[in-house]
Parts: sequence; C-alpha cells; structure tokens
Amino acid sequence: MVNYSYIALVLIIPLAVFIITGLFGKRFQSFSGILGTAGMLAAACLSYYAAYQYFILGSRGADCAWPTIIALKQTWLQFSPNLRIEMGIMVDSISVMMLVVVTTVSLMVHLYSISYMHGEERFSTYYSFLSLFSFSMLGLVISTNIFQMYMFWELVGVSSFLLVGFYFTKPSAVAAAKKAFIVTRFADLGFLAGILILSFYSESLDFQTIIHRMMDYNGSIFLAANSASFMGASALTWALCLIFIGGAGKSAMFPLHIWLPDAMEGPTPVSALIHAATMVVAGVFLVARLFPVYSQIPAALDVVMYVGAFTSLFAAIIACTQTDIKRVLAYSTISQIGYMMFGLGVSGYWGDKALGFSGSMFHLFTHAMFKALLFLGAGAVIHFIHSNEMGDMGGLRKKMPLTNIVFLVACLAISGIPPFSGFFSKEEILTAAFNHNKLIYAMGLVTAAITAFYMFRLYFSIFWNKPASEAGGHADAHSHGEAPVTMKIPLVFLCLATLVSGFIPFNEFVTAFDKLEVEFHLPLAIAAVSAGAIGIIIATILYLKPSTMPDKIAATLGSIYQSAHRKFYVDELYLFITQKVVFNLISAPAAWFDRNVVDGMMNLIADVTENFSDEVKTFQSGKISGYVMWFFAGAILLSILIVYVL
Amino acid sequence: MSEMKFILLISFALFFIGVYGFLTRRNMITMLMAVELMLNAVNINFIVFNKFLYAEKMDGLFFTIFIITIAAAEAAVAIAIIINLYRKFNSINENEIDTLKW
Amino acid sequence: MNLSLLILIPFLTVLAILLVKDGKMARVIALAGSFAQLAAALFMLFSYMKLHDGSRLAFEESHVWFAQWNINYHIGVDAISIAMVLLTSVVLVAGVLVSWNIEKSTTSDPSSGGQPKEFFILLLLLATGAFGFFISVDLFTQFFFFELAVIPKYLLIAIWGSGKKEYAAMKLVLMLMGGSAMVLIGILGFYHFSVAAGTPTFDLLALSKLSLTHNQQMFLFPLLFAGFGVLSAMFPFHTWAPDGHSSAPTAASMFLAGISMKLGGYGCLRVAVYLLPDAAREYSPYIIILACIGILYGAFVTLKQRDIKMMNAYSSVSHCGFVILGIAMFTKTAMVGAVLQMVSHGVMTALFFAVIGMIYERSHTRMGDEMGGLMKVMPFLGSVFIIAGLTSLGLPGFSGFVAEMTVFVGSFQNADLFHRVATIIATASIVVTAVYILRAVGIALWGPIKKIEFEKLPDAAWNEKLAAGILVVAIVILGTMPFWLSDMIYKTTETLFGMAVK
Repeated sequence: MVNYSYIALVLIIPLAVFIITGLFGKRFQSFSGILGTAGMLAAACLSYYAAYQYFILGSRGADCAWPTIIALKQTWLQFSPNLRIEMGIMVDSISVMMLVVVTTVSLMVHLYSISYMHGEERFSTYYSFLSLFSFSMLGLVISTNIFQMYMFWELVGVSSFLLVGFYFTKPSAVAAAKKAFIVTRFADLGFLAGILILSFYSESLDFQTIIHRMMDYNGSIFLAANSASFMGASALTWALCLIFIGGAGKSAMFPLHIWLPDAMEGPTPVSALIHAATMVVAGVFLVARLFPVYSQIPAALDVVMYVGAFTSLFAAIIACTQTDIKRVLAYSTISQIGYMMFGLGVSGYWGDKALGFSGSMFHLFTHAMFKALLFLGAGAVIHFIHSNEMGDMGGLRKKMPLTNIVFLVACLAISGIPPFSGFFSKEEILTAAFNHNKLIYAMGLVTAAITAFYMFRLYFSIFWNKPASEAGGHADAHSHGEAPVTMKIPLVFLCLATLVSGFIPFNEFVTAFDKLEVEFHLPLAIAAVSAGAIGIIIATILYLKPSTMPDKIAATLGSIYQSAHRKFYVDELYLFITQKVVFNLISAPAAWFDRNVVDGMMNLIADVTENFSDEVKTFQSGKISGYVMWFFAGAILLSILIVYVL
Repeated sequence: MSEMKFILLISFALFFIGVYGFLTRRNMITMLMAVELMLNAVNINFIVFNKFLYAEKMDGLFFTIFIITIAAAEAAVAIAIIINLYRKFNSINENEIDTLKW
Repeated sequence: MNLSLLILIPFLTVLAILLVKDGKMARVIALAGSFAQLAAALFMLFSYMKLHDGSRLAFEESHVWFAQWNINYHIGVDAISIAMVLLTSVVLVAGVLVSWNIEKSTTSDPSSGGQPKEFFILLLLLATGAFGFFISVDLFTQFFFFELAVIPKYLLIAIWGSGKKEYAAMKLVLMLMGGSAMVLIGILGFYHFSVAAGTPTFDLLALSKLSLTHNQQMFLFPLLFAGFGVLSAMFPFHTWAPDGHSSAPTAASMFLAGISMKLGGYGCLRVAVYLLPDAAREYSPYIIILACIGILYGAFVTLKQRDIKMMNAYSSVSHCGFVILGIAMFTKTAMVGAVLQMVSHGVMTALFFAVIGMIYERSHTRMGDEMGGLMKVMPFLGSVFIIAGLTSLGLPGFSGFVAEMTVFVGSFQNADLFHRVATIIATASIVVTAVYILRAVGIALWGPIKKIEFEKLPDAAWNEKLAAGILVVAIVILGTMPFWLSDMIYKTTETLFGMAVK
C-alpha cells in the first residue's frame, strides 16, 4: 500500500502559518502575505502529488471501486470503549479531489490578496485567518471520523465568522458575521443531534465503520436503526435528515440560506474562497461522504433532492433582481449548490445509477473554479471602481480587458455553454435528473435558463451597457491600472482551469462506488444548451445597451418583482423570529421571571425572616420590670406544668 | 410538720413581697433590696427542708451559706453598676435606663 | 509526593503575608506562593501519572484528628481530584496576577480597593479551603475545608466589591450557608447511620461500603445533592450567582465561578452520587429536569443582559447545568464529561471574568451597549475576550468543546426517550450560547468606537497578559490534547461507580 501520511503536511503547513502570523504577524506585516502564499503553494504541490499518486499511479480495486486508504489514525478523545474521536487522514476519490480544489482556490486567493488587501492595517491578521480557514477546510475533507469532521466543520464556521467580520468597525459587517455564525450554528445543532443518533445505533463514530455497518441490510445494527421509530420515521431517517440540516446550513440551502448573501460583507477574496468555492460546498461534501448510507434510505435522499432543486430555482429568481454584484454572485452560488444537492438526491449507489453522484462532484469541482474566478474578477472590478453597485458600473471592457475576458469565460461556463467546463458537469446532473424524476429535471432546466440570464445581466452591466464615463463609479479618479500582476495571475490561472477542467474524464475518477458508463444523450444536451442560450439572448436584448426595458418589465411584474427583490421576505421572517419571539417573548420574560420570581422567592424568605425578627425583638424592651414580669409568668407556668401536667 | 408549713408560709410571703417590690418599685436600690428579700426567702426554704426532711444531711446549710456569700458579692457588683449608671444617666430610676435592648 | 503540601503552601503563604507590613511585599509573596502551589500541583500530576492510570486513590495520608468522633485528617487524590486541584491552582495564579494593583482604587466605586494585604490573605485562605476540600477523603475534614472556602467570599465581596456589594455578599453567603447546613445534616446523618451499623466513621471509603437501606438513602440524598447543588448554581438555587458575581472584585469573581461552583459539582459527584448511587438513580429524572431548565433558561436569561459581567454570571448558570446534567445522566462518559466541564468552565469563566474586569477598569462601564469598538483600542484584551467567548460556545480546539461533547455523547447512551429528549434540549443551548456570546462581542468589541475617551485606553499590562496567557494556555492544552485527562478520569469513574453506572 502506498504511504499517504505526507498529507498531514498539507494541514500542518497552514496551521503553522496561522500560528506564526497570528502570534508574531505584527512584527512583519507584509511578510506574512508572502509566508502564507508560500505555505499554501507547498500545500498545493503536495495535494497535486497526492492526486497524481492516487488517480494516476493507483488504480481501481478488484471490486471496481477506488480504494479507501486510511493514511493516519490516532485516537484523540475516547468517549467510551466503542465511541472515540479519532484524528486521521482518509484518502479516497472525493477527499483527494477536495484537497486539490481547496488548495488550488486557496492558493489563488492567497496570491490575489497580497495586492488586494495591501495597506490594510490588519494585513497579517487577515492572512492568519485565511490560513486557519485553509487548515480547517483541509482537515474537514480528509476526516476519517464523523466527529473529526464536526470539529473542523465548526472551525471553518468560526474562520468564516472572523473573516466576514474582518472590517469589524462596520456595523453591517458585524451583523453579517454574527448572522453567518448563528445560522450555521443552528444548523450544526441538527448535525450534532444526527451524529448522536447515528453513533448510538452504529456504535461507532468512524466513517468506514458506520458505512460498513449501515450497508449491511441484514445486520442487526442496520435493522435496529431502521426499525426504531420516532414520530413516524425510523431513527436512521431522522439521523440522516438531521445531518442534512447541518449540511444545508453550511451550504446555504433554503431556508437556511439567508446568511450567505450577507456574508459578502467580508473582503472579496474571502468570498471567493469561503463563500463560493470551498466552505459552502462542505454540506454537499458531507452528504457525499455519507452517501452510501443515504442511498439506503430513499426518503432522506428525497429530502436532499427536493430541498436542493427548490433552492436552486428560488435563489436563481432572487439573483435576477439584485443590484449588488457580489450579492448576485452569492445567490448564484446558492443556486449552483442547490444543483449539486439535487444531483446527489437523484443519484443511486451502484453502477450507472450513480451518474448523479459523479455529476454532482464534477459540478462541485468546475463550480469551484469558475465561481472563484467570478468572485476574483468581481473583486478586481470593485478594487478598480470602489463600489459594489451595478449602477456605478458599465463600459469597463476597454479599461479592464483581461478581466472582461476571464469574466466572460466564467459566465459562459456557468451558463452551461460548451466547451466550457460548466456545460459538462451540469449536463451530467441534468441527465441523472431526467432519468430519475422529470419534475426535478424541469426545475433544473428552468434554473439553467435563469442562471444564464442573470449572469449575462451581470456581465453586460459591468462591461458593456452605458459608457464608463456615465457610470457613477470613481474609475476615472484612479490612475492605477487594471490590476497588479499578483491579481492577474490567479485570474488567468482560474480561467485556464475553467477552460480545461470540463475535459477531465471525471466519471473515471469519482464515482459513488464502482465503474460508471455514461452514454451521451444528444437531445438532453441540446435542451440544456438551448436553455442557457435563451437566457443569454434575453439578457443581451435587455442589457447590452442602456435601455429602459428592464425597468418596464420590473414595473409590469410589480409585486412579484418586489418580493423577489426583497428576497421573498425570508430575512424579515427571521428577524421577526429572533427579535420578537426569542428576545421579547422568551428571553425578556425569562429574565423578568428570574429577577422577580426565582430571586424574589429568595428575597421573600429573607424578608419573612427579617419581619419575624422585627416582631420578636420588641420583647427586648429594655424595661427590667417587663422582663421580670415575663420571667415570673414563665416560672409560674412552668411550675404548673411540672406539678399538674407531667 | 405544721411548723414546717408555718415557716414555709413565711418564706412564701417573704418571696412574694420581694417579687412585688421588684415589680413595682422603680428605684434600683429598692429593687436590689427586693432581690435580697427573695434570696432570703430561698435561704429559709433551704434551711427548713434540711431541718425537717433530711436532718442527717448538711446540704441545705451549705447552700444557704453559699447563697449568702454570693448575695454579698452580687450586692457589691450591683451597687457598682448602679453607681456607674447614676454617673451616666444622673438617675437610678429603672424607667429611664432602657438602653438595654436591641 | 506529600499531599499535605497542597494545603500547607497556601496556608504558609497566608502566614507569611500576615508578617509583612507592606502591600507591595504582600503581593509578591502571594504570587510566589501561588506559583509554588501550581508547581506542586503539576508535580503531583506527573508523579501520579507515572505511577497510576487513574483507577485508584494515591498519596493517601491519614492522621487521627478527633478520636472520640472518629474524625480523621484523611487525604488522597484520584484523577477527579487532580483535575480539580490543577484547575484551582491555575485560577489561583491568574487571580493573584489580576489583583496585582488592588491597592489602587481601580473601579469607579471609591469605597473599594486598598488593603492589599488583607485581600491576598483572604484570597489564599479561600484557596486553602478549596484545595483541602478537593483532596480530603474524610467527610468531616472535607466539610471543614468547605466552610473555610465559603466565609472569605463575604469579606472579599463586601469590602472590595462594587455596586450593591453588601446586599450581594450577604445574599451569597446566606444562600451558600443554607446549602452547607443541608450538607452538614447529611454528613451527620451518615455518621449516625454508620454508628447504628456499628462502624462509626466519617471516612468516604468506609462509608461507601456501608449498606444503607432504601429509606435512609432517599432521606440523605436530597440533603446532600441540594446542599452542594446550591454551590454549583443549580436551578432554582442559582440567584446568588448573578448578584454575587456582578458585585465581586475581579479576582473574587474568578474564584467564585472558577473554583467555588466546582466545589458544588465535585461534592455532588463525590459525596452525594458516590455514596448514594441507588437514591441518585431514583432522583435522577428530577435532577435532569432541573438541569435542563437551568441550562436552557440560564441561556435565555443571559441573552437579555446588558451588563457583560452579569451576562457571564448567568452563562455560568447555564454551563454548570451541564455538570449537573452529566452527573445525573448516570453513564460513565457523561460523568467524565461533567468533570471535564467543571475544569473547562472553571478556566474559561475565570478568563472571561478576568478580561471583563480588565476592560471594566479601563472603560469604567460594564454595560455592553456603552462600549463599542474596543477591539481596535485594545487588540490583546479583545482577542482574549473572543477566545473566552469561543470557548464558552464550544469551539473545537478549546476546552469547552471537549467537555460538552463528552456530556452529550454520554447522555445519549441512555436509550429511553426521556433521556434523549433531555439531551437534545441541552444541546439546543449551544445555539443560544452562540447568540449571546456573539452579541456581546459584536456590541462591546466590534463596531465603531462609541466614546472619544475610549480611543486612548491602554492595552493589557504585563501582569494581565501573563494571567490571560496562563488561562488561555490551559484552555488550549485541554482543548487540543484532552485524552490524557479524560482517560484518567474515565478510569476513576470506573473505580468509583463500577457496575453501578453504564
């Protein structure tokens, strides 16, 4: 067996960078950027080598499945003889793929940030947080143990919190950071409960053991988990649905999506890394990791499918009405992750049925590349023009030629136009959906069209439409060029990745279990491409030149447009629940109750004692004759008692 | 036995004269004297019970002598206290000295 | 290892401080004594780990104290007491460092401050009591030290406190004394029953072999558990905590939440549940209900607090609920979790109170909404505040996560619906905790700077950095390498409870 324990270095390097820049970063501000980037470069090289070793030098096993190798495993915390948290490295096709994705995007973002964040007061803090995030995310994808994953899951959450709140003097950033953490924390509660249930029945926290035991149809463990029922569903179904809630929170599935658009308050490279390419797909990765178990329980997989499909359509509609370019991209991310989710939902486990799984992972890979590209491109635009609003932009294609090209490539990729990467991955998911559930297929197709529309709306509004001089941005006030070279390299690199990655024979490498033979369905491909093309054409008509048509359409749609623009009032609903219900209906009465009733009880006891003593002390009048009277009365009473009663 | 009853009656009367004096008088010297009366009533009781009930023992006599001694000491202390009170309050009227409370 | 050292060192330090006149000298002695104590505690840990795996009582020592009543000075440690002793010594060092400048009136209350000598004497006396409590094996000796740890709090709060300090001190001491009165009755009850059985003793080990009837157990258990429960702020006996903490000086708050509350939890586990397992099992549903109420209710009440010190006091109520919950859940894992939670919460809350105290000394306000943007002015204190907060909300890598997860996993091993629901309710508090912690961070540390005068506030001084550093290191060690401690404690619970718990 090949030794993969060097993968530990991929984690240790960012951790070391985090500690060094975190503790001593103040001394050498600008150096921490270079240190972080160099560290990430080393980690990326190691990951590429691991991928080479695994996919190229290695091969499928006797059962046609890619082998799962445990490179390292160390008990970290022993709960009971059966249950223990182990820290380890699991090498299988999806974890190696994720290693490549995370290190690549992270490296690009590290490099890009050197100039993007230049001159920032907390530059080294920024890099230490970035390294912390990279460490946590890498730890998440190589987890061997569900609790190990939960730990890193929490850590990515907190690094996201710290990075979103990086500009902590801005109240909106503070609110966004809190929202991001609390919403995902709420979802993690589901994850934790799911882990508790799953671990109780499978008597293990180890992924392989859990999967092995739960795949055994006739094993007592599977039967026990599947027969114990609570409120009409089996314990296993509950566990999987709860775990999916955790995944849905991180991956911003409806109705837990509200934090992601707000999280755009963070620096743009952070949005590219965390909120587009890596952390938000953790939920997809979680479902994929436990996919063998999910595939046993169709009900749980249906939940994944419907939630994913609905979210992708829902977010796509909202994206059409947003004017902040980062928010458009955020909703587009939500929508694309919905795609991945329902890709998993429509998939089976064995053989050709597993097309959805492979497609979903493929889309995760391609999406990471082109979405990171879109965000970094948007970052370049924002860097240039100092505004997030579409209204302030326009006609930038002359001023930012490189950005224009890479942005166009990315838009074509996300719209599913061949030969760009998005086409291939979307096509697979849609084919899988077509084979499984026609309704989901229809939703996916509509989403594809809408996606193409809003992406090109975005593209035209930035680079075409009105000439730059008319736009309200401050582009002219700046003499600096399009972007420094450290920002251009990542753009070009990711652009190349977007162009090339579609041609990777992904089904060879990443499957749910065994080999997957896919036939190419020409009609389905034509349908998907034409959906994308329709979207692009509509966007071209409306936004290529300045026109009043979009406003007119918005006015005609009236309340529908308004509610989409206001994100269907989900935020308001949450605000209502937190402010009115939690704060005013639970917390405030509880605080009142505590001060007045519980504490009042204690004070009451004290008061009663005090009043009683007030009464008693009047006997102590200081009048000696009074005392003597009492004394004699008592003496006489006592003698009567003694003589006559006792 | 009738003698004993007779003497007990005297000591009974003596004791309650003392009680009456102690309760009604406000002058501390008088009250002290009333206390002495009560003590003497007790002394008489001791002697009487010793004489008529346990003639072979001496306990009652000893106790009486003991009480007399204590009473003397107590009177000395009490008068000292009274003198101090007089210095502080310019009075030995028990009514006016009521700071002995909470 | 001579275990009496753990009592002698703080006591001799008290005597040494009594001898000096100068306040500056007093604090140096106090610091030296507390560092010596920390070294002794670490030495004890290492020598214990070298010899034992946690399954037995070590370094025992026994002297007759009152032969007539069979009271012995009997001390010994196992992993649970070691954990507590370590916690106490870490908090002690940090507490002394935080009070370094106690002679200056550091709060807005002019009547507090001054008298450094007396302050350190009381602080170390309290610590002596705590150490004695954790290592004694004789119930009466234990009770003696227990009382010793309660009384100095009154003076610490009433003299050096702020706000409604007399009221708070009186309330705290009365409630704690009420608890210890119940404990005393329980202990005397034990003695009485042991006399009846013909083997009069106060010794824990001997008493554990005593077979009490069902009625005797059912009578003693509520007295002991509620008595110790008052100290660990069990609902509904928790109201001393918010008032006491918010009025106490920083070091006293740290001791109160970091050590005193642990006396209660330790007593519940070591005395009530260990000696009376059958009664404990029967009462456990009620205790679980109280613990769940405490956890969730405490968290919700915390959400509404403006005063960040008050907030942390209420959050202690919520966190100590996990201790009670873990004990009452009656599985070994949950009990290990309860002990870990005691240690974790002790260090975390000490850090939190320390940093809140430091911020208060600078900003002269404890109201969260009157602060703002402090992270920019004092990055060190801000970072420490955030670390304490993240520990409180159970972030992996810090101690809180390890402890809470052990409690949850242990609790969930009970297969019936009641325990399941209770566990899930308890886990729900992690969300509420996140809300109030982030709310406090957002209001007090982040956002724009609210007052001009905040801009010139200094960051932490050396003593504050050292105090916070020691506590943070303790948190991180426990959070990243929990195995050595948890394995040892697991062995101890196996020895203590054997087959009695799952």
